[in-house]
Amino acid sequence: MSDAAPDAEPAAEDDLGAEPIWPATRTGVLRDAAGVGLATGAYGLSFGAISSAAGLSVLQTCVLSLVMFTGGSQFAMVGVIGGGGAAMTGAATAIMLGVRNAFYAVRMASILDVGGWRRPVAAQLTIDESTAMAVARTTVRSSRLAFWATGASVYVFWNLATLIGALSAHALSNPRVLGLDAAAPAAFLALMSPRLRSREPWIVALTAAVVALVSVPFVPTGVPVLFAAGVAVIAGLRPAPDTGRRNSPRTSPGGSPERGSG
Amino acid sequence: MWLAIALGCVGCFALKLVGYSLPRRVIEQPVVKHIAELLPVALLTALIATQTFTTGHHLQLDARAAGLLAAAIAVRFKAPFLVVVAVACVVTALVRLLA
Repeated sequence: MSDAAPDAEPAAEDDLGAEPIWPATRTGVLRDAAGVGLATGAYGLSFGAISSAAGLSVLQTCVLSLVMFTGGSQFAMVGVIGGGGAAMTGAATAIMLGVRNAFYAVRMASILDVGGWRRPVAAQLTIDESTAMAVARTTVRSSRLAFWATGASVYVFWNLATLIGALSAHALSNPRVLGLDAAAPAAFLALMSPRLRSREPWIVALTAAVVALVSVPFVPTGVPVLFAAGVAVIAGLRPAPDTGRRNSPRTSPGGSPERGSG
Repeated sequence: MWLAIALGCVGCFALKLVGYSLPRRVIEQPVVKHIAELLPVALLTALIATQTFTTGHHLQLDARAAGLLAAAIAVRFKAPFLVVVAVACVVTALVRLLA
């Protein structure tokens, strides 16, 4: 009981290389998944409302959440449309912003090892949140559980919230009053912080932020984030600095294959 | 509108699927792994930056920055995920109320 300490560290990022007892880990993973689902659900409310305000019907709004299912792309799409842009421009922006999911999928493919009917399901659930929660884990087993649990949880809450938000667009027409527009950046920050363990990701993160902000006035909505992806690609083409120290002090052989970052 | 929605949905799903369908030896390349590890960091930071400090095509410093700062402090003190998000929302809403 005492060594399980389920309340201490929900993300358990601190015990790299030393996985706690599985039931405790599983409990932590599932609780985090529910937490992330609830948090993105709160954001889904604002997506539903903003999409309605942009002129999309409730059905169109819900189809975006059910089928497109990638928050950044959805916000970009309705943002472009709401800002007076063409629907096709919105779709193009959404797709450009969705490029990152292809790279998340590459990352998850090596962890999940899925084929058959599970592959398209895994593909659909491959988003910021599920990937971040999975790669924050230190073993394949807990990574897989984190991916599926977080993906399913976000899918359910995101779609429920979208529907509620779209239906109650008038009541929630200004989610800024509740500070909901700060929810996503905070969530991204919490998800990303465990990755900032060495100098390289810090440099990449700061460069990406500067590149994105500087380009915002000059390029279509959504593109700055793609420029940031370019930063990661350029940095990634360089040889990894001090490979031995990059992940954790203890890179035991075979202990954490998905973090073995060669 | 429906056509745009359909194209956007198909495009986004195709991107997700192609990542799973690349040959394994492509995925196993050290360079690909290195890039794939750095990408979430770069993209999440860019999303944080653009969603916090811009409105439309303008840079803007407003209550969201206070919310993000509060979230960063919460992260620093290892607050649970939901607390981090809630702190950001509450601080942002309060600053907006007081401003």
